[in-house]
Amino acid sequence: MAGQVIAAVAGTIGFSVLYSVPRAYYPYCGIIGGAGWFLYCLLIEAHSAPEATLFAAILVVLLSRLFAVKERCPVTIFLISGIFPLVPGGGIYWTAYYIVTGEMELAAQKGFTAVKVAVAIVLAIVFVFQLPQKLFQVKWRKTDDRNVQERWKR
Amino acid sequence: MVEVEREVMEVAMEAGHILLENGAEIFRVEETINRICRHYGIESGSAFILSNGIFVTSGNMREETFARVQHIPVSGSHLNRVAAVNQLSREVEEGRYTIEEVREHLREIRQMPGKSNHMQILGSGVGSGAFCYLYGGNLRDCTAAFLAGVVLYAFVLYISSPYFNKMVSNIAGGAVATAACVVLYELGLGQNLDQMVIGSIIPLVPGVAFTNAIRDIADENYISGTVRMIDALLVFFCIAMGVGLVYTVRQRLIV
Repeated sequence: MAGQVIAAVAGTIGFSVLYSVPRAYYPYCGIIGGAGWFLYCLLIEAHSAPEATLFAAILVVLLSRLFAVKERCPVTIFLISGIFPLVPGGGIYWTAYYIVTGEMELAAQKGFTAVKVAVAIVLAIVFVFQLPQKLFQVKWRKTDDRNVQERWKR
Repeated sequence: MVEVEREVMEVAMEAGHILLENGAEIFRVEETINRICRHYGIESGSAFILSNGIFVTSGNMREETFARVQHIPVSGSHLNRVAAVNQLSREVEEGRYTIEEVREHLREIRQMPGKSNHMQILGSGVGSGAFCYLYGGNLRDCTAAFLAGVVLYAFVLYISSPYFNKMVSNIAGGAVATAACVVLYELGLGQNLDQMVIGSIIPLVPGVAFTNAIRDIADENYISGTVRMIDALLVFFCIAMGVGLVYTVRQRLIV
């Protein structure tokens, strides 16, 4: 489990490099990716992949918005790399694999699960973005201005 | 006066251009353009944003007419530029800059370097290795996936993005990653081919297009959202095709 979370953190940071996320935000991206995968691991024991993904994605979007407000920067920066571990990459692979081996039933099953997982991510993003911005603002107000000043100098 | 208005509209458009090009959501582009216009006193400024174009006009009884259309092909996603423009637009609202200074800052942002090729290749390798582990690979599989991820991104940076279009480069990318894994597997490094391949194709997954598509559709920007979603789905299909291609060849060779 610990190894899984560490791998999720490392992987998320790896991808934030690909998208040119500013270096100061790597820790946040790592935390978000790690937290999302941790929750996914806990839930997948007793639930289906789409359900586990839904709740993990909700956590990822919540954290992304929280950090975006704290750092006063676009939420996209945290969201894109943080959501990566949950994207059904395995689903795509197995679908392609079974299509090649001619096992259409398994291919359809895997493909459909991948779609369901993607829909879970969509729902999480859509609903959590409906929460008012105020909810995320209260706690961080003190540190805001200092951070902004410092970053612009860098 | 006319000159100033023209300059404000051009600067606003430039800000929007940088945002859209580097993977910002439609509403953020719209908001930034409007913020800059309003702050510098242009009441009639109005912007229409598509996933690959910006239309800006202004003009009413008092203000001069200005209209411009820009086509903006989506290039790489440099989220650091999105963050910088966002920051700039906040500071504009606080009244810290003259319009010339904003123009100057935008020029600097446009030239902000992305990560160096070496860093990107390393990032891709680390990502691949880590995701191989998440999907159940052991440490040897991860090492192989790391190498495949490195090979894949070297291919993406030096061969496919300068020479190929999007579809071909994703099919080729999927094929290269899978082929690298197959070779490493046959050489005896790595024992679970499936997990290795899953890990190493992950750097191709269109994270920005997928996430932005959802957010644009949620914001009721249906045209841009749909286009971006099709973009993401197409890339998914192309990766799968690349993987399938190599597996088909491999099956034929074995039999």
